[in-house]
Formats: sequence, C-alpha cells, structure tokens
Amino acid sequence: FLSKVILNYVFQGCFVFKSASKKRKRHVGGYLVDDSDENGSDRFRICQKLWETVQTNTEVIQDQLNKKVLDSLAEFIKKHGLGCSSDNWRQRAREIPTAALMLGVNVPDHAMTFRSLCNLLQDSVTPFVVSVHAKECAAVKLLIQKVLEQLMGRGVSVDEEQEDDTALLQRTQCTISALCQWYKTVTKVREDKRTYTIDFPQSLPVVVIFKDFEAFNSQVLQDFILICSRYTQELPFIFIFGIATSPSAIQHRLPHSVSSLLCIEVFHSLSCTQHLASVFDKLILNSQFPFKLSSRVIQVLVGIFLYHDFSVQNFVKGLQFSMLEHFKSQPLSMLCCQKQEALLSAKTLSKKNVERIRHLPSFMRYVETQEPQEQVRLLTNDEHVKEVCQKLLKNLHKYHKNYYPILQCLHSLTSSLPKFPLGKHIRELHVSCIEKNLWETEEYDSALQLLRILAKDELVAALRKCAEILKSTKILQNVLQQLEDFIGRLEALEGVSSEDSSGNGIISGKMEYQKTDLFQLQKTLLEKESRRTKRMNPFEVLRSQVIEFIDSLVREYLTPAELQPLNEVCYYSSSGVLRQRLNVTPRTSIQAALSHPFYYLQNESLKTDAGTISSAAPDLCIVYKLHLECGRLINLYDWLEAFLTVMSAAEDQDTNSEECGKYDSLKHARFIQAVSEMEFLGFIKSTKQKTDHVARLTWGGC
Amino acid sequence: MKIHICLTGIKTIILDCNNISQYSVFLINSALMNRRDIMSAVNPDQYSYPSVFIYGHRATGKSHVVLSIMKDLELPHASVDCVECVSSGLLFHQVLSAFFGPDAAALLPRCPSLSDFVRLYKQMSSNSPATQTRYIILDRAERMRDMDFSLLPALLRLQELVNDNVTVILLSEIVWEKFRPNTGCFEPLLFHFPDYSKGKSLVQILSWDHHPSYTPELYASYINILLGVFFSVCRDLRELRHLAVLNFSKFCEPLEKGEAKESDIHKLWKNIEPHLQRAMQTVYLREVSSVQWEQQQMDEKEATTLRVLSAHAHIELPYYSKFLLIAAYLASFNPARTDRRFFLKSHGKIRKTNFLKKHEKTSNHLLGPKPFPLDRLMAIFYSVVDSRVAPTASVFSQISSLVTLQLLSQVGHDDQLDSPKYKCSVSLDFILAISRCVCVCVRLLDLLALSLVIQSQVVRQERSLFTAVSNLHLL
Repeated sequence: FLSKVILNYVFQGCFVFKSASKKRKRHVGGYLVDDSDENGSDRFRICQKLWETVQTNTEVIQDQLNKKVLDSLAEFIKKHGLGCSSDNWRQRAREIPTAALMLGVNVPDHAMTFRSLCNLLQDSVTPFVVSVHAKECAAVKLLIQKVLEQLMGRGVSVDEEQEDDTALLQRTQCTISALCQWYKTVTKVREDKRTYTIDFPQSLPVVVIFKDFEAFNSQVLQDFILICSRYTQELPFIFIFGIATSPSAIQHRLPHSVSSLLCIEVFHSLSCTQHLASVFDKLILNSQFPFKLSSRVIQVLVGIFLYHDFSVQNFVKGLQFSMLEHFKSQPLSMLCCQKQEALLSAKTLSKKNVERIRHLPSFMRYVETQEPQEQVRLLTNDEHVKEVCQKLLKNLHKYHKNYYPILQCLHSLTSSLPKFPLGKHIRELHVSCIEKNLWETEEYDSALQLLRILAKDELVAALRKCAEILKSTKILQNVLQQLEDFIGRLEALEGVSSEDSSGNGIISGKMEYQKTDLFQLQKTLLEKESRRTKRMNPFEVLRSQVIEFIDSLVREYLTPAELQPLNEVCYYSSSGVLRQRLNVTPRTSIQAALSHPFYYLQNESLKTDAGTISSAAPDLCIVYKLHLECGRLINLYDWLEAFLTVMSAAEDQDTNSEECGKYDSLKHARFIQAVSEMEFLGFIKSTKQKTDHVARLTWGGC
Repeated sequence: MKIHICLTGIKTIILDCNNISQYSVFLINSALMNRRDIMSAVNPDQYSYPSVFIYGHRATGKSHVVLSIMKDLELPHASVDCVECVSSGLLFHQVLSAFFGPDAAALLPRCPSLSDFVRLYKQMSSNSPATQTRYIILDRAERMRDMDFSLLPALLRLQELVNDNVTVILLSEIVWEKFRPNTGCFEPLLFHFPDYSKGKSLVQILSWDHHPSYTPELYASYINILLGVFFSVCRDLRELRHLAVLNFSKFCEPLEKGEAKESDIHKLWKNIEPHLQRAMQTVYLREVSSVQWEQQQMDEKEATTLRVLSAHAHIELPYYSKFLLIAAYLASFNPARTDRRFFLKSHGKIRKTNFLKKHEKTSNHLLGPKPFPLDRLMAIFYSVVDSRVAPTASVFSQISSLVTLQLLSQVGHDDQLDSPKYKCSVSLDFILAISRCVCVCVRLLDLLALSLVIQSQVVRQERSLFTAVSNLHLL
C-alpha cells in the first residue's frame, strides 16, 4: 500500500511540476527501486520513454508545419534588410516594414512558434531580434527599455571588448537615440571585421516581435511606432505582429496617421485544426506508439480542443495526463511497450500480475471461448497463462498493425462522399471503429450505398489511393495484390462498359429527373440501383465485387478494440477521470464540499440525509446551507438566529438558559467568521441597499 | 534675391535664398506669404520673444520650415520630439546636450526636476554666454499636456528663469486654446501655418519631385489628376507624395508603350483614373502594403487579385467561444427587459403597444454597446447554446481570453471579483458571420434577426457616419 502511495505521489509530482528539474524525478525514482513487487519503476521508465517520444514527435510536427511560414517570414526580412538602401522614396515616406503573422486564437500555443522564429532569424538573418510581451510593456518607457535591454545585452555577449561601452550607454537615458548610437558602433565593428566578406548585407535589420498584438495598449504601440519611424534612416526597424484574431485588428488598434507609417504584409500560419490532425496521425493513429486511447477518452480530449481552447499543447498535455493515469492505475501497463520488450516482460510475469491478467474482462471473455480443458489450464497453470499471454500480445500488435492502414483506406474511400456519412476527419472514423462494430451502424450502410453508385473513374481513383496507402505500409501484401487486381480489371473494362451503361443512363436521366432536388435524385437513384440488380452490366458486377471486398476487409480488420483480449494493457479508458481532471468545475466542487462535507472530509459523523443540516458540520457548511434558503438579500440577524438554532440543537440534551448566554459571543464570532469566509468564496457580498443585509451572488446548485 | 522672413515677429531673420534648397524656400514662401510686412531689422543683443507657438495641420511644413531655418542659418538650437520624452528628464537631457554637449547633460541627477534643469542651464550659460538666441524646438507639443503640469508654463517663460537669450518654439497640430492651463500662463506668440490650397501650393510642391525622364508639364498634369482623386480624402502632403510616386509608373505606361503621346492628357487620365480609385480603397488605407502594390503593378497582366487586410476578417474560434460572443452581443445590444421575451419559451403575455419604451426605440446600435453583468451573459449563453454545458473553468477562461483578444471589453474596475461587467466590442457583420458558422439552431438566427434586422437600416447610416468621424481630426 505504501509503495502505491509513493507511486501515486511520483506521478502527481511529474505532472504538476512538469518543468521542474529532472533531479526531482530521479530522486523519487530512487524510492521505487526497492519494491520490485509492483514493477513501479519499470512502469515509470516505460512511461518516461513514451513521453519522450511524444515530445520529440510533437516538436518535429510543429517544426514541419511552421517551416513554410517561418521561411517566408525570414525571406521577407532579408528582402527588406537588403533593399532599404535602394528604395529611396520609401525611406522618405518613413514606412517600417511590418509582418502581420496570423497565429490563431490560442495565444499560449504561440510561444513555441515565436521561439523557433527567433532562433531562425538569429541564425540566418540578423542577430538583432527582440521579442516583447504585452504584459511587460504597459508604457512606452517600459517597451523601449525592454527593447534596449534585449538588444544591448546581446551586444555585450557578442563582443567582450564593448562591455564598458554599453555599460556607459545603459547608465545614460533609455531612448531610441541611445540605441541608434549603440547600433552604429556595433555595425561599425562588424563591418571592420567583415571587410573581406563583401556579399554580407550592409545593414542588419533590427527585428522587433510583438508577441501578442491584441493585448498591447494601443497608445503605447502608437507612440512606439511614431518614435521608431523617426529613426528609420539610421535604424532599419522591422516589426512582426503576432496577431491572434484577424489582420483588421491592426486597423482597429491604430489610427491612419500611425498605420500609414507601416508597410504591412500578412503571413498565415497553419490552422490549429490541421495541426491537431497531424498530431493525431502521428501519435494516435500509429501502430508504433503502444499506448492507446479508448473512444470515450478521445472524444473527451477532442471535445476539449474543439469546444474550449483550440490548443494543441493542451491536447498533448491531456495525452500525457492519460498516459500517467494509465501507468499509475493499471499495474499490467508494464506490458504496454514495444513488442519485443512486452513479450520479454510477459515471460517474467509475477504471480500477482498473472492473477491480475486472469481478472481482466477481456481475458475472461477469451477464456470462455476456449475448450473446457483449456479453460482449466488457463485458470490453474501460471506458466500456461504466460505463454497464452505472449500469443495474445502478438495478436494485439498484429491487430494494430493491420488496423491503421485499413482505417486509412476506408477513410480515403469515404471522405469524398457527399455529406460525409462516416465523418469528415479520420479521427471520427477511428472513434466509431474502436467503439462498436462499424458494419452494424446506419452510417456505414449509407456510405456503402453511396460507394455502390460511384462512377468508374472515381472508383478507380479511390482504389488507387488505397493501394498507395497499403504500398507505403508494406504489410497486408495479399490485400494490396487483390486491390491491384481489381484496379486492373476495372481498367480492362474500359471499352465495353462505358458505352452501354452511359447510353441508357443518360436517356432515362433526361426523361425523369428534371425537376427533382438532390435528395430525391439520390433516393431515386438508389431505388433504381436496387431495381437494376437483375440485369447488371460487367462494370456493375465488378463494382459490387469491389464493395464486397471492402466490406470484408472492414469486417476482418476494423473490429472494435474492446473485443481484443488484453486490450486493457494498452487502452486507457477512464474518460470520467479525465473529464473530471481536465475540464474542471471549481464551483461545483466547492458547492459539493459545502453541501456534502462528508464527500471530502470522510468523517463518519458528517453523514447526513439529504436536505438536513448536521450541527457537527463545519460552521461554513451550516451557514452555506442556511443561506440557500434565502432570497436575494439576506438579513444577517435572521441568519445568525438560524445558525444559533442549529448549533444549539446539538447541545439540546444539556441545554440550560445560562449556558446559552455564555456561549453566545463565541458562537457569534464563529458566525461572523463563517460569513466572511462565504464572502471570500464569492457567494455573498455586502450591499448598500439595506443595512445589515448581504446580497446573494449565486443561484441554483442546491 | 533676398527673402525677409519674420519668424518671431520681433526678431527677423534674413535668409539668403541661395543657401536654402529651393524646396524649402518654397515651403517657407507659401507658409509665410502674408507675414512679410512684419519684418524689421533686429539688434543681436536684444532678447527675443520668450516663446512661440506654431500650429497647423499635419504636413503643412511646420517642423520643416523651422528646422531648415535653424540649419541654414546655423543657429544654436535643440530639437526635441515630445513623443519621445516619456519623462521630462529626457527632455532636459536632450536640450542640455544639444546646447552644451553631452558632458553637461551627464551632470543631471537621476530623476531631474525642473529646478535642476534651470540650475544647470544657468550654470552652463554663465560659462558660455549666448552670442545668438538659442532655440528650443518642441515638436508635437500637445504631448506636453500629459507631462508634469508645471512644465509647460515654466518652459513658456524659460527666458526669465534661466536669464539667457533663449526662445522656446512649440510646434503642434492643435490650437493654443487647448493648451492653456487653468491657472493661466505666459501667452506665447501664436503663429498659424495654413493648409496648402489645392490649386496653387499643392500642385507646385508636388511638382518638385518630377521624374527626370519626363517633362515637368506632364508631371504637373499627373499631379492634377492625382489631386482630383485624392484631395477629397487626404490633404497630407507626405501621403500625397507617397501616392504620387507609387502610381506614376502606371501613369507612364501608355507613354512607354507608345500608345499615347504626352499631349494626350485625356487618354492618360482615362488610363489612370480607375487605377487611382482602386489605390484609394487599398493602398491609401494600408489594406495593401506599398510593396505589394508595386508588385501588383508590375505583373498586372496576370490580374492577380491582392487579398486585402480586411478580407481576412474571419476568425476561427472554439465552439463555445462563438456562442459566448453571440450571447455577449445580444446582451450588449438588447435591453435587459426584453431578455425574458427573447430567451424564455413561456414568457407570458407582453402588451405589444408599449413593449419598448420610447428611448429604447432609437437604435441600440447608435447608442453603442451597453455593459452587462457576467450573470446575464451566462444566462443568455445557456439559453442560446443547444446542449447542456457544465459551468467548467474553461468556459469562464474563454471569457477572459475573449477579453484579451479585445472581442469583449471589461468595464469598470471596481468589483472585479464579485460581479464583473463586460461590453461586446465586435460589429454586427462579425457576429452574423459567426452565427452563420454555428447555425445549428435556427432559433438563434431568428433571435439575431429579430433584434437586428430592424436596426440594420440605421446601421448602414451609422457606418457612413463612422467613417466620416474617423476621418475628422480628433482633438
């Protein structure tokens, strides 16, 4: 039990202090080494390893997705850095080149993009890159100070001999003209050093990145731009605005007199939904990644993303959390790793863990399907269980390997159908596949119906795409073979079928469907399809064969994960916990604590029936329950009276009048304290409408 | 030729025309045309008038004239832009270092007060007494009003304070009446730079940058066409020059192709006019950057349509954020009394005759968004959103992120914790676009229609008013 508590502690520690140094983790990990029984350290190690792959993968994805926009930004800055001497007239107009970088509404996610942008610019374009945050720049003075600090500080680190120079400047006034002086000296030194490299651009631009443009005070921005525009001749400024909403925010924030000083170009980064899709592909729809999420969990995580924050980082954090929960709560999760490793640890399962496997619902289901003799062996012989377990693990891995390519094939087939019967995104299809038997759903039926009326070229194109997918995965070779066979046969039909099928199709179409809407057209087409089954042409025969084949593939490979034996090892399924943790409802929990103190305090004496007030409860709970019975304004005196009544109910047996009076001041004080706590929690506030009344601020939730 | 220009009214400066670039002479000429008669000879020992206040619209040549005079006559002067002076210390620093060198400025204490400045100035000027009047030129002097309240009156009579021959010249876009402090102060000499007139001065000034490969006459006619389009919206000389340079290559296109001669003004006009109109809608408003505009001119044949800034007005928002914004809009523009009717299914009977009070009948859009408490926002949100939403922390954090995105704004700084109040700061179009995105429930659109369609007429009027107001120079 103790070790479990410690493990519990470890995982909580990891999650909360994610950014805290590794020292702490290693330190706590040391505790886990002594208890070999629970395999805590093993699980911890696996979890760490998985998390590292998640992190590297997400970083790679982020870099890939941002590459295009970052490169074009760097290009923009290079162009302006070079071109400012030639464009003489623009100098006169004092326009500052400005890039408006559209990043989507989730501001915390931008940090990573800006970090890589800064690195890219510093590596390839100019060392003078400053990024400022609205929070630090409440006034122009602070903004200028920030810019100077970052620039000149960097100058010191670049050139040691300039240290006293900059120290002098820092002692002087914090102005852009001081920066100008500094810039001149620095570039002079640079030019001296680089006289032999002629192709180096003459003026290195000074890039100022405004990370969150919307949050800046507009007056501050205006002043800063005005000041900077005075110095454009000497200091080639370039601004980058990180904009969360839309480019018109610039015009809303800046008057024409200021925005006319800018030369704005817009750059779009990838939308967050696309980002999520690629993260999803890489981490969840990937057989290489052993940890899996059940359908409900995916729904919770995607729901938080779509409904609440649009933040990919939060999605990854949710994934991390579910990983930690899984490895913490499921002792068998030590088998949730790469195949070889899993097989190895399956061989050396401890007695306790074998027992745990026997209790897994999916394993029990598996046992039931076996012969009676085999059943007995499975229930009594530990070694046999270990062997079977290895076999089942192999099967599970194979299932995953086959599952994802087929899922992608099905998605590519159905994603082009009208109205997306199986969902627009592959994640929707995935969710419905692992949840239940896909082929029993209505949506699947309608999708197949629609597939059955595909034209030939569409069908061939779709099948080609599937073949591509299968080719790239290099498994399921026989399926690929069959598919290519079908494609070949469809193409061989070329001459024969197109004539006669199109012939009667067009004539009848012209006669019947002139004034029908899309829905009716579809219905009649479907009807016609069923009517025509008797006299099908060769293409239609082949087409129905293809559809049959796809259907058989779906039935074979896209079985729900829950039916797989030992799926509990890999699948994390407690969506309730996840929702409770990630999508918190603070008010509900405060109200629960106040109305049912037993829930948190676990004290037997606090157990009460619904609706009654126990006098043993904390004062705050009593006061809270009493205030629920009041209207918008609460008379403090009545409240106190009610409170005293509840209090005295406890001491009913030994009450006599003198004692009541004696304890009155104490109770009064307790009441006052409870009321002020209520005020602190935001349930009531003092009001000027009536003396000795307080106003209620919350409603409902009794 | 000698031009006598009166700058201060008391002291006259005699300029030699050859020393000054023709351009600035022209500016000076046009600005000071009617002041020639005040000139008189001046004794250099005499102190000049302590302070001068020069005002006039943007780009009427105030700073240019003053600075050119200073530069060309090599007068001792300190030019300070008040936008830069985030503290009065910076101002003192710049003035001292311009007059007495950076060493003198370094003597200022950390947070110099006005008396520090005066003391140091006195000390320095006694070491190096003025042979000529020293000038302190304060550009964008309207910013001084936000600084220390005693600074402006003190600077106006700095001459008396430091006992030196010094004149403070204030340059501003607004009139002196807006400066005068309550307690009264020394009245500076007022001096107005009038706007350039369309006919004479603007054409003449703009014609100065004519292209070397074309005749000045052609350029002048081009300027006339340009002014014909832009004069109604823009009188800013700087902006006009910018536009003139931007569009000149397009104007010359038919000439280069040999399709027209320089005398075919009408043909050239026909060619350039629609182009200029387009420029007014895009590049003038900075919807398209000037670089992009040039690029577009170069590959015009491909008919690339530039995506203007305001074209990407669409914002992707999380699902609940959209509903929160819609709810906020409804709360801001509907009277609270009508909530019952709009959002409750069984709202009971409301007498139709005086359902809306008289003052409510005037468009709420004209009155602007009204603040609403958080409770009301949440109540409307719950009735508008189609599914049951738990009051989770993330729903509430979305409200605050909408505030940081400035789609909502928080009003009133007291009582932030108990009952914060918000205003919706997005436009009708924006909300309509959003509700089209989430139009899962028809009822919502109905609601919006109900509350908005009546007022759309007014909105249109109001929008034109808005643009008019924003064009005005607000003081």
